[in-house]
Formats: sequence, C-alpha cells, structure tokens
Amino acid sequence: MRGARRWQIYVPLGLYLLFTLVPFYWMLVFAFRPRGSTSIVPWPITFEHFDTVWNGMGFAVFFQNSLLVGLASLVATTVVALAGGYALARYAFRGKAAFMVGMLCTQFIPGALMIIPLFEIFRTLSLTNSLWSLVIAETVFQLPLSLILISGFIRNIPYELEQAAWVDGCSRLRGFLAVVLPLLRPALVAVGSFAFIHSWNNFLFALMFINDQEKFTVPVGLAYNLGENSVDFGALAAGGVVAALPVVIVFAFIQRYLVQGLSAGAVKG
Amino acid sequence: MLIAPSLIAMLGFLVYPMGSVIYYSLQHYNVAKPWDNGFAGLENFRTLLFEDPLFWQSLGFSVRWVVVEVVLQLLLGLALALIVNESFVGRALSRALVFSPWAVSGVLTTAIWVLLYNPFTGMSRYLADMGLMEYGAAPLANPDTVFWAAVLAELWRGVPFFAILLLADLQSVSKDLYEAAAVDGASRMRRFLHITLPHLRDAIILSTLLRSVWEFNNVDLLYTLTGGGPAHQTTTLPLYVAQQAAQSHNFGYATALTTVAFLILTFFSIVYLRLSKFGAKS
Repeated sequence: MRGARRWQIYVPLGLYLLFTLVPFYWMLVFAFRPRGSTSIVPWPITFEHFDTVWNGMGFAVFFQNSLLVGLASLVATTVVALAGGYALARYAFRGKAAFMVGMLCTQFIPGALMIIPLFEIFRTLSLTNSLWSLVIAETVFQLPLSLILISGFIRNIPYELEQAAWVDGCSRLRGFLAVVLPLLRPALVAVGSFAFIHSWNNFLFALMFINDQEKFTVPVGLAYNLGENSVDFGALAAGGVVAALPVVIVFAFIQRYLVQGLSAGAVKG
Repeated sequence: MLIAPSLIAMLGFLVYPMGSVIYYSLQHYNVAKPWDNGFAGLENFRTLLFEDPLFWQSLGFSVRWVVVEVVLQLLLGLALALIVNESFVGRALSRALVFSPWAVSGVLTTAIWVLLYNPFTGMSRYLADMGLMEYGAAPLANPDTVFWAAVLAELWRGVPFFAILLLADLQSVSKDLYEAAAVDGASRMRRFLHITLPHLRDAIILSTLLRSVWEFNNVDLLYTLTGGGPAHQTTTLPLYVAQQAAQSHNFGYATALTTVAFLILTFFSIVYLRLSKFGAKS
C-alpha cells in the first residue's frame, strides 16, 4: 500500500516497539543492577548476577550442553535434509507423492505428546540421560519442514546448470557441490538457523529425557531458577540474558534471509 | 538412497512412536503401579470421556487459548507486516527489533514476564509508586486475570511468526496492481480488501492452521508460567498429558489422552482446509 502518512507508520510502530522492547529492557535492568537496587536504569552496572549463574548455578555447563546439542542438530538436519531434498527435487520415484503428503501430516503430530513413546525408544537404545537423545529428537522434528524448504529451493535452480557440469566431465556429486550448493546458501542459512534456534530453545524434551544436572540445557536451568521458592530475580534475569544472547544474535543476522527464503522457497511448494 | 536417512529417521522416531502411542493407550501402563499393568481395551478412553472432568476442562481451555491467541496474533501480525512493508527511515532496524521475540524460547518468555508481573519486581510496583494503581497486584495468582496475563506473554513472542510469514508473502504482490488500482481511484481500504487480502489468502490459511496446531501443542510457556494453575484453570490438554506422564507416571492413561488430542487435531485440520478451500485461488 503506497502513500501512508508518516505518523500512520511511526505511531503504531512506536507503540509496538514499546511492547516488544520493554520486556527485554526489564530483564536487562534486573540482570545488570546491583542486588537490592530499585532503580529503573541498570546503573551502577554490575556483573555479580552473571557470576552467580555462570559459576554458581552451573550455567557454564548448561551453555556448553546447549551449544553442543544446537550445533549437532544444525549439522544433522542440514546434511540429511540436503540429501533428501535433492532426491525429492531431482528424481522421480515410487511413493514420492505419498512421502510429500506424509511430511505435511507430520506437522500435525503433537510434538509435546510424543514424549512417552520417544522416552521408551531412547530407553531401549540406552540413550536416556544422554545429549544425543536431544539431538535425534530435534533433528527428526526439524526434518519435514527443512526437506520441504530445501527441495523447493533446489527445484528453482535450473537442472540445465547441473547437466552442463556433467557434460564438462563432473560426476553427479561434484556437479552438485560445485553448482548447486553455492546457490543454496540462503536456504541453508534458513534451515540451519531454524534448527539451531529450535534446539537451543527446546525445553520439554530436555526436561523429560535428561535427569543428570551435569547434562541440563539452558532452558531447563532457567526453569529451575524459576521454580525456586525464593527466586533470586537478579540471577533469573542474568540467566535469561545468557539464554537469549546466542539466539538473538543469530536471529539478527538471519532475519533478512528468513523473509527472502520464505518468499522464494516455501510458499510455492 | 539419498532419501533413506530422512525416511529412516522419520519412520523410526515419528511414525513408530505414533503407533506405539495407540498401542499403549489400550493398556494399563503405570510405572508407579506395575502390578496393575496389562491389556485395558477401551477402558482408558471410557474413563477419559465419562469420568474425568479435568479432560473436558483442559480441552475447553485449549480451545479458548488457541482461538484467542491465533486470532489476536493474526490481526496484530498482519498489521505489523503491513507497517514494516512500507518504506520509511529505520525500516531494517525496526524489522529486526519487532521480529526478535520470535527467537526467544517459552521458558525465557516466562522468565521475562515473571519479572514484569511479580508484585515486587514488576511494572505494577512502579505504576503504584506513581499512584496509577494499587500495590500488590499479582496477575498470575489472581484467577480473574491469569488468563489474559498468559495471553499477553504468549502474544509477545507469537505475533512475529505471523508478521514474518505475511511479510514474506506481501513482498510478492505486484506493485503494478496497486498503481493501476490507484489510477482507477480505488481508496487505500479498497486496495487492501481487493488486492492485498486475496493475495495473502493462502498464506493466512496456512499460517493460522500451523499456528493453531502449534499453540495447541506447545506447553513450554504455560508449564513454566502458571504450571496450569491456579486450580487447573490454565491447563491445556497437552499440559495435562505432560503432568500425567511426569508426575503420576500413568503412561497408559496419558497416551489415551494423546491419541484423543491427535484425533482432534487431525479432524480439525482436515475440516479447516476443506472449509477454507485452501489452494483454490478465486
């Protein structure tokens, strides 16, 4: 819509920005101001709460665990979805249509309600209380959407480009690596960062599959802080900042690609 | 061969577990009371339908929660997408900022809003200092306000989902259409109703469906923010399942609840897609 007046943009936008940013600001105030202060600016600035959560409450370990699970899920999701997405885009095979429909249906499977059977499976595989159970669960739940996104992208890349590479003597794999992969960068950024953010944020699987405090992830540690009877609000806020930082940074970088990636790949199916 | 890993992963960890959910739902299976375990037939389902008021209560709350959240998120998300689709100074930064809660987890949302709602640390204390309201307001503990307090927190991180998806779709509307309509003297409202909305139709249908399912299933926020309370007032069906599984270890009954929830969702999705004539551009 063209021709909206200035104030018609800035007034609602300003109000919405306030709604978005005040909660973040509130967290920062509590994380950085000294214990017992009631000031509404984080000044004088202190890092005592970060010391408490990072060293005293074990967030250093939780952070490492979350990072490991996040990166492993990112790699696993991207590689598996890349292979599957290529097959879906370039080969005709029996049951392909059924497979596509099946993938859409998985979107209706209540992830939260799968904890019981998944728990049983991981018990059989002796993977309970292991971070790998989280990697597997995360990857599987990320796969359908990632496959759809990546195969949509590959379909938009002209097949002739690849065929030209074969004529020049490239193998199928080399042709893919040299021609298709570089063009897929926006899709890979979207899929990879989706996978990372989701697994970084996932709470329920980590809560249900992990008992050992040494293996807690950041959200579980954060929930623990919330559950304490006398909540240390400074520590809660500092833990929140630790939980927010990686995803907010990743998100700030990718949100442009996200909008582009979605309008290019997903909707056309 | 390339698709094998995807297929194996999804068969093993999505399809097989779904099957075993149905199997367990027909069993008495309680980790805490193993002596009662065995085939139960449809008994779990009978209990659930006729003897468990909490099932109906949590189902009712789930429906109310999903409808209120999805409608408000859609309206605000659409408005936001339209605003940040205009060209103005500071657009890139504004987009990054207003979309950012999308990346935040349910638990973190809870942590932030607990700080905001707490009578000692929250907004209300500072508003009371200014004489704007009374001291001691605790929106999460008060049965009259807990619903809207939770709704607001979930809106905060939910609106960006719609805004991002709809903005992506808005960018593919042809500019010529608007210009032609403007030349013909169509008002902005008419251009919105006759060009923008029809274009967004499929994106709106798909995003509301995905979001409804997601809001129905997601438990992170309510689990940590209210724990389903006070007095089970904010217990959704999946939250009830999680509590049955985690606290009472009654896996048989919990999987029966799961099966019912899955059937409801599938039924809803099919009916919704049929009624909305998804994919049939007029």
